[in-house]
Amino acid sequence: MYPIQNPMQITLNGNRQDVPDRITTAELITDLGLNGKRLAIEVNEHIVPRSTFTAHILEPGDRVEIVHAIGGG
Amino acid sequence: MSTVMQSQPCTIEDPLVIAGVTYQSRLLVGTGKYRDLEETRAAIEASGAEIVTVAIRRTNIGQNPDEPNLLDVIPPDRYTLLPNTAGCYTAEDAIRTCRLARELLDGHDLVKLEVLGDERTLFPDIAATLRATETLVSEGFKIMVYTNDDPIIAKRFEELGCIAVMPLAAPIGSGLGIRNPYNILTIVENASVPILVDAGVGTASDAAIAMELGCDGVLMNTAIAGAQDPVLMASAMKKAIEAGREAFRAGRIPRKRFASASSPLDGTFF
Repeated sequence: MYPIQNPMQITLNGNRQDVPDRITTAELITDLGLNGKRLAIEVNEHIVPRSTFTAHILEPGDRVEIVHAIGGG
Repeated sequence: MSTVMQSQPCTIEDPLVIAGVTYQSRLLVGTGKYRDLEETRAAIEASGAEIVTVAIRRTNIGQNPDEPNLLDVIPPDRYTLLPNTAGCYTAEDAIRTCRLARELLDGHDLVKLEVLGDERTLFPDIAATLRATETLVSEGFKIMVYTNDDPIIAKRFEELGCIAVMPLAAPIGSGLGIRNPYNILTIVENASVPILVDAGVGTASDAAIAMELGCDGVLMNTAIAGAQDPVLMASAMKKAIEAGREAFRAGRIPRKRFASASSPLDGTFF
């Protein structure tokens, strides 16, 4: 992303990623340019409901999955 | 998500009812394998389908933010979306996928459950599918389950609470058509929930045969998307589903070994 003051490492969609320490899920979505997109988020295999995005704070080592709907049979 | 359908007065003759919602079309289509979103849109429109499947996959991070989105061409307020668990080989992955799909679609809990057992045949792993069904039913999901053409298993899925059972015609994408029509017929005759053939349909006659056997609908993807002219094939499938359904409702003649003349013998002058 951009130079981060106090980075912490998470796994984001399968890749190691440095993010600002104690970033919230809402902030992560904004930083990734995903605002307004229909998506769902899982952290450590638990769903993070959309209503809790601004409250949910990510922690070092979190495994984050951000998914959306695509074509399939 | 499907409230648009529910608010229509039921003037549809011979409607398909899935999870309490009424549909006119008995053709359900997938959205995979198309050349682009415009072809997807055109084919779905030509098919007349009202229920369309989607897959749940990782968002592309760092790509073009203005990239058109599948749900732009199949808006959830016009179509009933049916998220699938394609690519899942374990019950756990399928369960995770369904939970994410429900979150993604604002609580919409209709899902197509498939747990695969083998990469070459893409046949279902029935034991894993049964386990996933038990968990997902307990969490309130409305499951349309992809299964094989075993009538015992089909009834078992119904008893576990699936709202529709979907026996395969042949391997996914194989285009072989219904391999075991007598099993499909037995499944249909034993069922108290809608039975839809899902997977393996190749051309229009395959879809018509499914409907003539008494199936409530057919789900297909490759048969349309992989055709040389997908939009034309979608149109053919729409007609095939309608023709097969009418033939079923009309009550066909029995198959006989020998002939039975269509013209009277009385009054012959020779």
